[in-house]
Amino acid sequence: MELNQLTIHELQEKIKNGAVSAGQITESVFQRIDKVEKRVHSYIRLLKDEALAAAEKADNDIKKGNIKPLTGIPVALKDIVCTKGITTTCGSHILHNFVPPYNATVVERLSDAGAVFVGKANMDEFAMGSSTETSYFGPTYNPWDLTRIPGGSSGGSATAVAADECIASIGSDTGGSIRQPAALCGVVGMKPTYGRVSRFGLIAFASSLDQIGPFTKDVEDCAIMMNVLAGYDPRESTSVQAAVPDYRQFAGRDIKGWKIGIPREYFIEGINPEVEAAVKKAIALLEKQGAECINISLPHTEYCLAVYYIIAPAEASSNLARFDGVKYGLRAAAARDLLDMYKKTRTQGFGNEVKRRIMIGTYALSAGYYDAYYKKASQVRALIKRDFDEALKKCDVILTPTTPTPAFKIGEKTDNPLQMYLSDLFTISTNLAGIPGISVPCGFTAGGLPIGMQFLAGHFAEDKLIQIASAYERTAGMEKRRPQL
Amino acid sequence: MDFETVIGLEVHAQLLTETKIFCSCSTKFGGAPNSHTCPVCLGMPGVLPVLNRKVVEYAIKMALATNCRINKSCSYARKNYFYPDLPKGYQISQYAYPLAEHGYVLLDVDGEQKKIGLTRIHMEEDAGKLMHDEHNPVSYVDLNRTGVPLIEIVSEPDMRTPAEASDYLKRLHEILVYLEICDGNMEEGSFRCDANVSIRPKGQKEFGTRTELKNMNSFRNVQRALEYEIKRQQYIVEHGGAIVQETRLWDDAQGVTNSMRSKEEAHDYRYFPDPDLVPVIVDDEWVEKIRRELPELPLVKRERFVNDYQIPAYDAGVLTADKALAHYYEEVVRLCLSPKAASNWVMGDVLKFLNEEKRDIRNCPITAVALAEMIKLIEDGTISGKMAKEIVEDMYKTGKAPQDVIAEKGMVQITDEGALGAVIQKIIDASPNQIKDYRGGKDKLFGFFVGQVMKATQGKANPQLVNELLKKMLAG
Repeated sequence: MELNQLTIHELQEKIKNGAVSAGQITESVFQRIDKVEKRVHSYIRLLKDEALAAAEKADNDIKKGNIKPLTGIPVALKDIVCTKGITTTCGSHILHNFVPPYNATVVERLSDAGAVFVGKANMDEFAMGSSTETSYFGPTYNPWDLTRIPGGSSGGSATAVAADECIASIGSDTGGSIRQPAALCGVVGMKPTYGRVSRFGLIAFASSLDQIGPFTKDVEDCAIMMNVLAGYDPRESTSVQAAVPDYRQFAGRDIKGWKIGIPREYFIEGINPEVEAAVKKAIALLEKQGAECINISLPHTEYCLAVYYIIAPAEASSNLARFDGVKYGLRAAAARDLLDMYKKTRTQGFGNEVKRRIMIGTYALSAGYYDAYYKKASQVRALIKRDFDEALKKCDVILTPTTPTPAFKIGEKTDNPLQMYLSDLFTISTNLAGIPGISVPCGFTAGGLPIGMQFLAGHFAEDKLIQIASAYERTAGMEKRRPQL
Repeated sequence: MDFETVIGLEVHAQLLTETKIFCSCSTKFGGAPNSHTCPVCLGMPGVLPVLNRKVVEYAIKMALATNCRINKSCSYARKNYFYPDLPKGYQISQYAYPLAEHGYVLLDVDGEQKKIGLTRIHMEEDAGKLMHDEHNPVSYVDLNRTGVPLIEIVSEPDMRTPAEASDYLKRLHEILVYLEICDGNMEEGSFRCDANVSIRPKGQKEFGTRTELKNMNSFRNVQRALEYEIKRQQYIVEHGGAIVQETRLWDDAQGVTNSMRSKEEAHDYRYFPDPDLVPVIVDDEWVEKIRRELPELPLVKRERFVNDYQIPAYDAGVLTADKALAHYYEEVVRLCLSPKAASNWVMGDVLKFLNEEKRDIRNCPITAVALAEMIKLIEDGTISGKMAKEIVEDMYKTGKAPQDVIAEKGMVQITDEGALGAVIQKIIDASPNQIKDYRGGKDKLFGFFVGQVMKATQGKANPQLVNELLKKMLAG
């Protein structure tokens, strides 16, 4: 095995033994990037010089015995988190030249933990998409089948881990943007509880839904990343002051006597039979480990997509108002007056999907429509949250497929936004309820495409997710397949 | 036709917190452009607002001082519109759940108390400023003011004349300054007012169509703009026209209001709850703590001055219009124990000097101690009231104590009966004709003799003593 193929915990062992240096690990990652990046396109920007310098510093720390949780570990950052002095585009033309004068809180936390930043990962423009096809910088390709999408919006973060172009990465999840690409690329992805990981420095899409989380090669790595990411941030008003456990402790514990809720609304007609079969097989395996699976109902599930596509665009229409050509980013040339500058800048700067959502959101908030759309959606959102609260009184965790289908073909759904929106059908409710979710690989289709399933738990119960996902992973005996690139 | 005017006012007051409402930048006025900014108030991508609790505290003060009901929970909303002085493309304000509602302010209208209702008080952030190049088609944005905390105070349509509106504004202004939460500077824009005005035939219940007036930056302009606008509306109605609901700008130079935008052109602000901020919980304990720390308010102080110091309501009004002046007056009274005399000297001479130089009472060269000393010197007969007039002017110019001025000028009053008697005798001896006339019944000549004595003593003679002695000695 090459170094770039290993997990964080495997590399940590080798670093502690002195078997490898941070420099060697980083070199190995960049060799892999040289080999496959042209075909996968995980990154918008590579930070090789910065990474090598950081690795050198890590090696000095290692020599002094100062080894932190991520010392020398190459990590990719979705290009939605602000990096001081490093262009941060959010996958958009309108921010193609934006250099933030500050770091996102997660960037500081990762940096303080010793991480080495490999590059800024590709994404759907402003995280609006499920396939990474709306990026201004071109699509990302699924390493398991380069004719297929990797999922989105954090597609680049998922493929960078799946193709071993980094060891772990950071994504953001507003309606499934971590879990869905994790499932389609065969890696582990977690969306933490709303308020668990700081949003400061995360370029906002839908502020009440956005949450940052990790992509990793296994569940233990997810726990390691969460130990670094989670925690209160005084720079964010919605950040929660709740104790953060050592998540790593929960990896490897058994799940005897656990109750797993299986929501009937998530095993619907139209779900891909191979996906359904893989998840059912996983259920049987979990039962073998002493867990009990019970049927539950989340009665308002059918409204999730509608509620999401009112609330998220409404918030986005306001969040994206600041991109007006006045202060930073793109400013269209040759404008006649102020209004013309706004119009030209935003017409040239935003892609179609972003424009579509700004228009939907603006409409939903307009005088005379607010009550029928935004207000009603907020009320139904409360019911959806209550569904989960009620269900989670009866079980420890909920299990569903992460996506209705495996990765689809590039271009297959770009002309049909509604079809595209359906690929987030199973992940959206989690964000509306504010609860945490983790997607773990649970098999492959006959055609060799990864399948994922997700566990959901109550607010701040990420520890339970780590425990059950790790228990499944350790006994599932998943074939250690790697994409052939 | 007889018309009745209906006026409601919206006041924006900048709060005197050290830092902005959602970041820790300074709120100081007049820094170099964009020197008081950070990624948060610049509206950069990914940054988040964190509420300055001091803003809520100050807003609660105003709510308590204007008899509002304070909501146990209030929240922030986004007001969406595009303008270069608004970096986020929305203003964080309050909408459905304001801090406080249902308050009132008391006015004195023709000797009777009138209640002007307050609809609500809410908190919000100020916008920046644009500067336009006079020679080139270029505009510059200064975001120093962006994020400076404001409270908006919305009145009910309870005012019936421009004078009432102006009076209401003065009362609000006075309260804000008393509370030390706003500097009240209208020229720098820390106290701003928009007016809604309509007319209706006397006796009609329904409101007429209103216009909104903006750009009035003094109490006088508010009154002038309203007077103009009422006349304009009356003219239209009397000539068979209809008032158009619109926003109009006051043109100070021309003394007119001009249409700025019609109702159709009005923005749809698309208010919705700001997901980046959590509701503000205002518990009773917090409110009571703030209530205990409230200073005495102008109206209460005014009543106390009338009752305790037995001075006329008018005097009490003048003396309490400024908290520092009221404090000065009370210091003088405490030291000299003569409330009426103190009121006369403060209102008459001291305020006149200050007003001439547009000086603030806080910078008055005559200390309260010095003024009290002077009043005591009058009362114990050391100096006459007339001498005091001269002395107080000197005290103002030099900042010296009254005793020092008196000593320098040799102005001590002659109260020695023997010495004064001798002076009078000399005058009597030198004025045989006048004595004859006086004793023959020309009483008016008494004044002549007083004048002579004062002249002979260079005004230093104690007037009462002069009167007494003259009466005795002239009688023969």
